[in-house]
Amino acid sequence: MLELKNICFTAVDETDGSKKEILKDISLKIEEGFVAITGPNGGGKSTLAKIIAGINCPTSGQILLDGEDITNLSITERAKKGISFAFQQPVRFKGITVNDLIRLAAGREISINDACDYLSQVGLCARDYINREINASLSGGELKRIEIASILARGTSVSIFDEPEAGIDLWSFNNLIKVFERMHSRLGGSILIISHQERILNIADKVAVIAAGKLKAFGPKNEILPELLSATAAACKVLTDNMEVTE
Amino acid sequence: MDNTEKQLLKIIADMEGTPEGAYNIRSNGSLAERHVTENVDIRTKTDKPGIDIIIRPGTKGETVHIPVIISETGLSEMVYNDFIIGDDADVTIMAGCGIHNCGDEESRHDGIHTFFVGKNAKVRYTERHYGESDGKGDNNMNPTTVINIAEGGYMEMDTTQIDGIDSTYRITKAVVEKDGTLVIREKLMTGGTQHAETDFTVDLNGENSGANVISRSVAKGNSTQIFRSNINGNNLCSGHTECDAIIMDNAKVSAIPEITANHLDASLIHEAAIGKIAGEQLIKLMTLGLTEQQAEEEIVNGFLK
Repeated sequence: MLELKNICFTAVDETDGSKKEILKDISLKIEEGFVAITGPNGGGKSTLAKIIAGINCPTSGQILLDGEDITNLSITERAKKGISFAFQQPVRFKGITVNDLIRLAAGREISINDACDYLSQVGLCARDYINREINASLSGGELKRIEIASILARGTSVSIFDEPEAGIDLWSFNNLIKVFERMHSRLGGSILIISHQERILNIADKVAVIAAGKLKAFGPKNEILPELLSATAAACKVLTDNMEVTE
Repeated sequence: MDNTEKQLLKIIADMEGTPEGAYNIRSNGSLAERHVTENVDIRTKTDKPGIDIIIRPGTKGETVHIPVIISETGLSEMVYNDFIIGDDADVTIMAGCGIHNCGDEESRHDGIHTFFVGKNAKVRYTERHYGESDGKGDNNMNPTTVINIAEGGYMEMDTTQIDGIDSTYRITKAVVEKDGTLVIREKLMTGGTQHAETDFTVDLNGENSGANVISRSVAKGNSTQIFRSNINGNNLCSGHTECDAIIMDNAKVSAIPEITANHLDASLIHEAAIGKIAGEQLIKLMTLGLTEQQAEEEIVNGFLK
């Protein structure tokens, strides 16, 4: 279980030293299962994910993994304890191949069959991709799928995906949902997905809404989602009304 | 041959035991072993140190190994090797120099390799440079490669200098005739106080000739590197030069690519990039459980692969 206690994060602008509060006192208990984190852009969702992975350090607060305080552990130490993080914008490398990345993710030498298993789950043919460099020759969608395959290869107890659906086409979108479902049935553990997509929110057990750096709501999907959707519909209505006025 | 020498041969030429095909092993300034085949003749020069490698026209699929090893300290040599590759031949040549410097004096290997690639001939040439030291003596290598590619000829040159060479100044000059193609891939890593300079000049003289010069390098510690390339388009031709360097610690790297079009139909491109390892690359690999140092090694190894 992953537990966030009173997490605050203030970013400092390196150019003028000004400070901006990004996360304000977030407390969240993430038990086994799917948790979707949603909310408006710029609300602090990605920052929270990076704080869990150790990429950003909270200004205050505590992170516990299965009861152990991991707040001061490095990215590497957290990865070894079983936290995986799929980047919103996967990183490109010169020379490192798809096979290299999956091997490093798995933490062992892998056979072509193993690589094939991970890649085929994300709809890629291993033979075509295994020796490809993870560079600009791959499309955004391909990079996203490889990123997800690397998380599958890690097979850890906590997996965080930052907007995995971005750049993925409609066909793969349906498969993506299957990937998460299969991942959960195989590995158990906690899967955290930052998403704006209703279909992804729909497969979650619980939904957390983060807006303006605060946890606005957290609870079972059945409770949160209807409220969230009606609020969105209302917001849209206001927008349409305004447009009509303008016309 | 002792174990040190065998080890050097393995590193620079992938040689374990006797290789297939023709070979010439030069050890500590003199001929150690030689084998010729029906299609590949190797002759010692009579006017100066070095050998002539003569490949009969039409020879297909043969490999020639010509490694040089130095295991004595204070040995300095200059050799001239000429490669005459007959028309329509298709061969692989593995060269390389390995120095094990056990003392405090400079060990140095300078060489001038001249290639005459015949009409429609195809050559893959691999050259690896490696040095190791027990003492304080420097390991220095200054290779010059002169390439002449005749009509329809093709040459691929892979040069690698990964470790242990304190100072190197590499000169490569090529002339490419009609329908000829030259591909050069350089991989270089320097550390400590090492210095490496490379200088490529390619004259694309023939119609439809082409050249692609690609250099990837990593500079660590206090090492310095200078990369120069100059492609002259003197006819309807295409040329591309690319230098990509990772800089670490206090190293210094200069990239000076130059392209000159002397013909309206010359199409030339140069690209050069120098930068440290991107922080996000390190972070990505650390999220997979690698330490920062391991991540750095993987990135460098991948880059130079």
